[in-house]
Amino acid sequence: MTDKTAITLNVNGRDHAISVEPRRTLADAIRDNCGLTGTHIGCEHGICGACTVIVDGAPVRSCLMFAAQAAGKKIRTVEGLAKGDALHPMQQAFMDNHALQCGFCTPGFLMLAVGVLEREPDISDDDLIDVLSSNLCRCTGYQNIIKAVRAAAAEMRSK
Amino acid sequence: MSAPAHGRTTKGSGMNWVGRAIRRLEDPALVTGNGRFTADLKAEHYVRFLRSPVAAGRLGKITAPDGAWLVTAADLGTVKPIVPMLSKFNYRAVAQPILPADAVRFTGEVIAALIAPTAEQAEDLVEETQVEIEETAPLVDSRDAVAAGAGALHAVAPDNVVVEGIVKTPEFDAAWAGAAKHIKADIRSYRQNATPMEGRAGHAAYDAATGRVTFTCATQMPHLMRTAIADILDMPEADLRVIAPDVGGGFGQKMSLTPEYVILVWLARKHRSSFSWTEDRRENLIGGFHARDQYVTVEGAFDANAKLIALKADVLSNIGAYSCFPTTCGVEPLMAMAEMPGPYDVRHYACRARGVATNTCPMAPYRGVSRPIITFTLERLMDKAAAAFGLDPVEIRRRNLIDSFPYTSATGLVFDEGTYKKTMEMAVEAVDLPAFRVRQKQARERGRYLGIGFSTFSERTGYGSPAFAARGMAITPGWETVHLSVDPSGFVEARIGASPHGQGLRTTLAQIIADEIGIEPQRIKVVHGDTDRAPYGWGTFASRSLVICGGATLIAARKVRAKLIRLAGQMLEADAGDIVLEDGAARVAGTDRAITVAALARESYMQTHRFKGETEPGLNETGTYDPGGTFSNACHVAMVEVDVETGKVTMEKFVVAEDAGRIINPMIADGQVQGGIAQGIGNALLEEIVYDDTGNILSTTLADYLPPTAHEIPPIELHHIETHTDASITKAKGIGEGGTIGAPAAVVNAINDALTPFGVQIDEMPATPQRIRAALRNAGHAA
Repeated sequence: MTDKTAITLNVNGRDHAISVEPRRTLADAIRDNCGLTGTHIGCEHGICGACTVIVDGAPVRSCLMFAAQAAGKKIRTVEGLAKGDALHPMQQAFMDNHALQCGFCTPGFLMLAVGVLEREPDISDDDLIDVLSSNLCRCTGYQNIIKAVRAAAAEMRSK
Repeated sequence: MSAPAHGRTTKGSGMNWVGRAIRRLEDPALVTGNGRFTADLKAEHYVRFLRSPVAAGRLGKITAPDGAWLVTAADLGTVKPIVPMLSKFNYRAVAQPILPADAVRFTGEVIAALIAPTAEQAEDLVEETQVEIEETAPLVDSRDAVAAGAGALHAVAPDNVVVEGIVKTPEFDAAWAGAAKHIKADIRSYRQNATPMEGRAGHAAYDAATGRVTFTCATQMPHLMRTAIADILDMPEADLRVIAPDVGGGFGQKMSLTPEYVILVWLARKHRSSFSWTEDRRENLIGGFHARDQYVTVEGAFDANAKLIALKADVLSNIGAYSCFPTTCGVEPLMAMAEMPGPYDVRHYACRARGVATNTCPMAPYRGVSRPIITFTLERLMDKAAAAFGLDPVEIRRRNLIDSFPYTSATGLVFDEGTYKKTMEMAVEAVDLPAFRVRQKQARERGRYLGIGFSTFSERTGYGSPAFAARGMAITPGWETVHLSVDPSGFVEARIGASPHGQGLRTTLAQIIADEIGIEPQRIKVVHGDTDRAPYGWGTFASRSLVICGGATLIAARKVRAKLIRLAGQMLEADAGDIVLEDGAARVAGTDRAITVAALARESYMQTHRFKGETEPGLNETGTYDPGGTFSNACHVAMVEVDVETGKVTMEKFVVAEDAGRIINPMIADGQVQGGIAQGIGNALLEEIVYDDTGNILSTTLADYLPPTAHEIPPIELHHIETHTDASITKAKGIGEGGTIGAPAAVVNAINDALTPFGVQIDEMPATPQRIRAALRNAGHAA
């Protein structure tokens, strides 16, 4: 169980050559081996979605994927959303609409919403609520998250 | 909906920051992944805990794999147990060992620690460690625990009653006997877990240079953690620094001291290294403190006009295996006793409230504490009474809500000015009740069951030390202190004893300071959650921070303002009375003579000899505030549809009219209300910690314990009234818990309204589909 394997994870466009146990989850590898602690772990059962990252264009629960499974794929985390000091429209919309309070679930929601809107920019309101119900937030009551994602969707479409 | 507009006047020609929905200063870090949570820190050693697999038993031998680093009770030596204290209410001082030596008392109780270079390795060791436990019969339900001959969890509480409050007003019996109608409700509130998205976590690191330990943890009260852990380990507080970094929600669960934290600090100090533990979700659900497990029997005596004249209640609160620190297990039953009459005028009151030990996870405060249950209880009673008198639910409330202030309750609580009736009428108008009744009737004809439910309630907030002293707590929280400095560069730092973790206090306090000293909030840094940097304080809980810490901030800011004006008067050779502070400068009113706050700040440190009559250099002031408390109020209205075949409840809409005094930041205030309501809806419909008869816990994942998702939360419409109370110097009342306090009653009343044609009464929360179906089946509606 403790034998380690060398793998390379490409996170936010940068290669991380790391050595991990086969059982190590992608979430743990991103946080501990790559040092990117913006991805949070909320349940490790694939339910809360706090650990959501984008792998090859799709939002995934990084607690349900082994690090080794993500080798060779393009991984995006919350740290890769902004371009320098320019926030991603989703980040800006979360701030503008008070879509976060404690901020623990926020990276997961941002990556979920960005991942979905990049694939489905014209997603309907009902489908959007369906998608957002994949993740749990205990602070906001979701109304402002829905508002923020709709605002960002409009902004992303206009670009 | 967008944040409602709050019309405000501006003072002088300056800009008012208070009352504006400015963006939060907290957010840039949190949306970019730059937040810093406890689990982000690396350690030399990782700790996992071996937990009891059974609810009750005698603890035998613990055998770890060869070479494993195991810590058991025997290793802890002189480490003291956790013994929370109350001096009243027949409290029995039960002790919680940091690690048990001879008995386990709940499933999930920490028995031993296993330590390894990685968390995975430590978890492997836990799996491989054998523990011998001779099981004994557990007491799971509080009614079983108080039955004669039940056996005792703790020798000091032979009948398992750890705390008991009894109150009866002098003329009660006569009033009771003279009533026209007596209406009764048997209420059951099942057990819940606050479920912050970040569980508990601790990281203790020894510093060889100073011999100190820095303990970073997910807590709501860092200073009290320092005091408590130092006491238990018999170490100087000066050798312990506690940091609450970004904390991923708390909702009360992160107030209480947990044995795991004591062990981490003990390890760091003894082994001069760093140790980390991050709770997993299963641990949080089985051992991270529970709440709300109560039976309440309530009976109201009404006169012929449906006016409540006497109220009688019996509260049985399941406190779990131990008493929580610092509030003690009195927190639920005693709050139920003190606040049961809620917003209703009733002069005669009798109550017995007991906290009972069982072989379950300890209870701790959870958002609203007893008040979601009290409100649920009273609002069910009011709806039942309305039906008995043939009145509309709104009308019976109209006849009973308090309406003149200050109002002193039957238990001696003083209600400051509020708008109990006004908010209800506002909510009733907003939902258009007559139109709803028409829609409801039409729907019923088509076999669809719509319901509307009301909940009117008070939320006691911002209460200082007198309120806690009334409970007889050995540790009496209440006041807050703020140290406010303007540094020589003109930037402002407010160091506070409150410990916000999502409430946006860095922003709202900056708004308060900005108005006083005339600079932008962006130049104001609020420092909290570090016992080396912040003054001693009680942390963030009980809807207190904006009222109490905000009040202390205002006091300190007024002192800084006064000094800036004095200094400016001397610098500008003008009367202090002619100086105005605005836009980052002090100016002589009506002239162009001005000096920037930054320049004044620099002079205050570097040119002290120029200022006559000033005894202190610089701009450093302290404010302390310890108010008696202020009551917020609201009316919640839930509109639901119940599928009678499946028992599923769909939330259609939720309307709130609330009064939390002056709103400092409407965006943040609305966020608190919306988030609170979402938890209240979850509490009302979905969330339940389930034990089987053996005390084994069945709800151990978030697929079993169900916080609501975006699907379950309907649009929430908010209406505000702002009553400016003298009970709070900022005029702000607390707002953190009201959403959760009011929502369950509104939701379950709406379910009952929907099911009126079936004649069922749902008096339990959560009102799960199973319970709704069971009630319908019992009423003869088979499916």
